[in-house]
Amino acid sequence: MAEFSLPKNSRIGKGKTVKAEGASNTRAFHVYRWNPDDGENPRMDTFEVDMDNCGPMVLDALIKIKNEMDSTVTFRRSCREGVCGSCAMNINGKNGLACTTAIDDAKGDVSITPLPHQEVVKDLVPDLSNFYAQYASIKPWMQTQSTTPEKERLQSREDREKLDGLYECILCACCSTSCPSYWWNGDKYLGPAILLQAYRWLIDSRDEATGDRLDNLEDPFRLYRCHTIMNCANACPKGLNPAKAIAEIKKMMVERKG
Amino acid sequence: MTDMKTPLAKVRGLGSAKDGTHHWWLQRVTAIANIPLVIFMVISFVGNVGKSHAEWVAWLKQPFASVLVILFIANFVYHMRLGLQVLVEDYVHDHGTKIASMLVLTFTCVLIAALSIFSVLRIAFGG
Repeated sequence: MAEFSLPKNSRIGKGKTVKAEGASNTRAFHVYRWNPDDGENPRMDTFEVDMDNCGPMVLDALIKIKNEMDSTVTFRRSCREGVCGSCAMNINGKNGLACTTAIDDAKGDVSITPLPHQEVVKDLVPDLSNFYAQYASIKPWMQTQSTTPEKERLQSREDREKLDGLYECILCACCSTSCPSYWWNGDKYLGPAILLQAYRWLIDSRDEATGDRLDNLEDPFRLYRCHTIMNCANACPKGLNPAKAIAEIKKMMVERKG
Repeated sequence: MTDMKTPLAKVRGLGSAKDGTHHWWLQRVTAIANIPLVIFMVISFVGNVGKSHAEWVAWLKQPFASVLVILFIANFVYHMRLGLQVLVEDYVHDHGTKIASMLVLTFTCVLIAALSIFSVLRIAFGG
């Protein structure tokens, strides 16, 4: 059955508070902490960050916390400009990239937890193995049978435009982990991110495996767990609409029935 | 038992069911059919408010009324059956419990439809 309460060892306790010495303009960051090695329950630590010496984004605050207040705070980050998707996390109840979420967009304290409903590796780092395996399962590469052309594979301007709103996806998992259907059935439902990626290959005029791709998706769980809740479109830090891509896949399914 | 399967093996599982579109489509078809049928039911029932038992029976005895009420019952219950199936699939994960839930669901829906349609027919053909 779906679980609506946290198991005992996942209940979140209150952690420590670290103050910013000598700072007048501070902002409190409540950060989810869990260490797999100490056997303790997770806790929320509070860091009061000196905002006069901090960059504007949530990631700036996290890096400042790690550098100056507690070096054990663990999170993923790389590009710090919304391109890599590493720093996806839940900020004040909404999934987003820490690097493109402005601290000032939040009023008052900032609460940061890992992406929802994924196993936690440590602190803000979720285990995305299932998510990546689901990505691999849709064969996210071009599949062709025709003789490989000597130069590039040609595509009309119109067909290329069909990839707009799809190719921008950075697979940060903000959408999938915001989807209740993915929470309850994430082992079988592919989720919005992977289905948007699947549609990116379905609609690519150069790909020759459209039918096989649809066969792979035609499943009550893989595709049809989408109940158009639309959290995905709301969460996407790149402003994409996975729900629309899923609707387009469903239309293709109906279309090929004749 | 330690699970040694790779994440990809788990995701691929038993493969695609090659099914789901028919269910999704029928849910839409029954939803569209419900629009005129529900409007008919609401207008008829509101129009009959305050009438006597004999007048209600006389209304339902009209072929057009009884046929549309029967179609409403059949379509509504089928739509309900499809929707509740999704609910069971969403929330009931244990395979045995799921099959048992689906059986109870299907039998209950058939019983509701049979009883309702029988009631209409009895009035329609009754003396």
